[in-house]
Amino acid sequence: MTLPSAVQPARRTPDLTEALELYSRMLLIRRAEEAICAEYHHDEMKTPVHLGIGEEAIPVGVCSCLPPGAKTFGTYRNHALYLTVTGGDTDGFFGELYGKITGAGKGKAGSMHLASPAHGLVATSAVVASTIPVAVGAAFAESYRNTGGLTAVFFGDGAVEEGVFWESLNFACLHRLRVLFVCEDNGLAIHTATAQRQGFRSIPEAVNGFTCHVASGDGSDVTEVQALTRSVLSAMAQDPGPGLLHLTYFRFLEHVGNREDFDAGYRSAPDADTRERLDPLRRVERALREQGCPPEALKAAAEAVEAKISRSIAAAQAAPFPPPEELLRDVFAGGEPRA
Amino acid sequence: MSRLVTYRRALTWAMEEEMAADPNVFVFGLDVPDHKRIFGSTQGLVERFGASRCFGTPLSEEAMTGVALGAALSGLRPIHVHIRADFTLLAMNQIVNMVSNLRYMTGGRLQVPLVIRAIIGRGWGQSAQHSKSLHGVFGHIPGLKVVMPTTAQDAYSLLRTAIREDNPVLVLEHRWLYDVPGEVDERLQVPLGEPAVRRIGRDATVVATSWMTIEALKAAEVLAKRGIELEVVDARSIAPLGIEPIAASVAKTGRCVVADYDWTFCGFSAELAAQLHARCFGALKAPVERLGFAHVPCPTTRPLENLFYPSAVSIIRSVERLLDLEPTDLSGESFYSYEQRFKGPF
Repeated sequence: MTLPSAVQPARRTPDLTEALELYSRMLLIRRAEEAICAEYHHDEMKTPVHLGIGEEAIPVGVCSCLPPGAKTFGTYRNHALYLTVTGGDTDGFFGELYGKITGAGKGKAGSMHLASPAHGLVATSAVVASTIPVAVGAAFAESYRNTGGLTAVFFGDGAVEEGVFWESLNFACLHRLRVLFVCEDNGLAIHTATAQRQGFRSIPEAVNGFTCHVASGDGSDVTEVQALTRSVLSAMAQDPGPGLLHLTYFRFLEHVGNREDFDAGYRSAPDADTRERLDPLRRVERALREQGCPPEALKAAAEAVEAKISRSIAAAQAAPFPPPEELLRDVFAGGEPRA
Repeated sequence: MSRLVTYRRALTWAMEEEMAADPNVFVFGLDVPDHKRIFGSTQGLVERFGASRCFGTPLSEEAMTGVALGAALSGLRPIHVHIRADFTLLAMNQIVNMVSNLRYMTGGRLQVPLVIRAIIGRGWGQSAQHSKSLHGVFGHIPGLKVVMPTTAQDAYSLLRTAIREDNPVLVLEHRWLYDVPGEVDERLQVPLGEPAVRRIGRDATVVATSWMTIEALKAAEVLAKRGIELEVVDARSIAPLGIEPIAASVAKTGRCVVADYDWTFCGFSAELAAQLHARCFGALKAPVERLGFAHVPCPTTRPLENLFYPSAVSIIRSVERLLDLEPTDLSGESFYSYEQRFKGPF
């Protein structure tokens, strides 16, 4: 964990109740994505899925520290973020993946554009870095109205190579906006490693030239994610302006799709010990056991999560597709376009 | 109350009215509050409404468009200004992938009350990167609305309508129109999607966009001297397009020239011609003629630039072809020449 400019984080072990809650949230995400893996071959979820197995601790940890009413923005790898900010809306989630009217976007969004404005998740995007300036605009609106709300935007390490990231960071610094940039760094842009893409020493160092609070650390450790988030938010409160959290994690599956791709030749499979270290869920589970969490509690959490997912999948499969008139709806506010 | 003002002043007036009426309205963009004030169109706004509601930006068109979008999604009503329409191309990802899509992708859960003002340059060497209109490009994208006000009244009324609209609207303003005065009735509301008949005639309809409306009215004046009466319709709103009044005019006259301020290939003129052929096939005495830019980047030097743009003369020649008339002697006519009115660099 390095903190180039932010205050030192206060790392504290969550109490058992809190730890179990974090575990349940991460487990819901993991089991939901495993269910996608299991169901995907039926070809009923006709939407490209960018699974976040290994990423769960970042949205869960960061969002657990955000103030109420915070707005969030994300990417196409958004399942963990969606399920976190909606408090586990598996119905809207699976409804959308199955393309049904019950989906979060009535079947018009799919996996890559999941959003829930009612829960503050305003937008996600399949075009890398595209939600970053939009989040800055939401933060600008808070500043314009002097309402003081926080905006967090999640993006991958590839987004840092897009010009709009730097444009957005510059504007946020210039206007001292209350926006938290969360870089989920898995060291890969599709299949291309950082070393083949970035001509600077590191993302935190490159950002350090800006008047932005920066913290960097292990995104596979939810406790560390929380500590870093709190420290940056605290620095942002003391010295108003944007913050950047740079969190590394391991993408266990292929860029898009439901399989591992260690045989593709661009990276190697982690050994068993490394897997344990890189798997945020296993780490929380291990910590819970070490804290003396009764196995029945873990089992009960798992059963509750699995039952919830099964219900939502069944509901999504049974739900109707959007009717034909939905095709032309929702283009414009206050009326449909003239064809 | 009606006042005689320039197109430029009408734009400012519209923003003043809306900013005074709604604190959520703000105007921003590169050089918006500088001493030149976007050719004078943002004159007085920073003094009256302060730097929080009228401000300049870094040279970051894509991010600034995203900022405008994020502000609009949060309930503000941004007006983002580009001193050249060509600069919107730097923001195409935001405009075409984000601004136009977000409402649809969220099943109607978001709305985007966003205005993008962009100025179309011409003359005095504006060349290939300061002269595009792009209304065909933007009109092609579902989720965007596009208007091209021609008169001071429309500059005032359409901009006010755009600011009050809960959807993204691009307002494309031709630089040469800025000095043109016109009566503006502040009570007159102009909705999006309604063309305006600028001159009533019987022999042929000229459907024009932006500056071409001025050229079409000149052509009508010249042809009237030999008894040819052109009906001139200013399309005014590209998307949504009010096709019914245009089709009614063409059905009446039986002949049509589309004089578009853009390239013809894959352009708005092609769309309009296709719709008019489908709607007015039985009434048309000849195929719809299309006029537009030569299919090259805009050249810099004046003799080539004169060949690049359609004009009153090319409209006259087109109408003569449609009506099977001998060419009009134009030697005594005086046509618009920017050298007489307009000195560079801007």
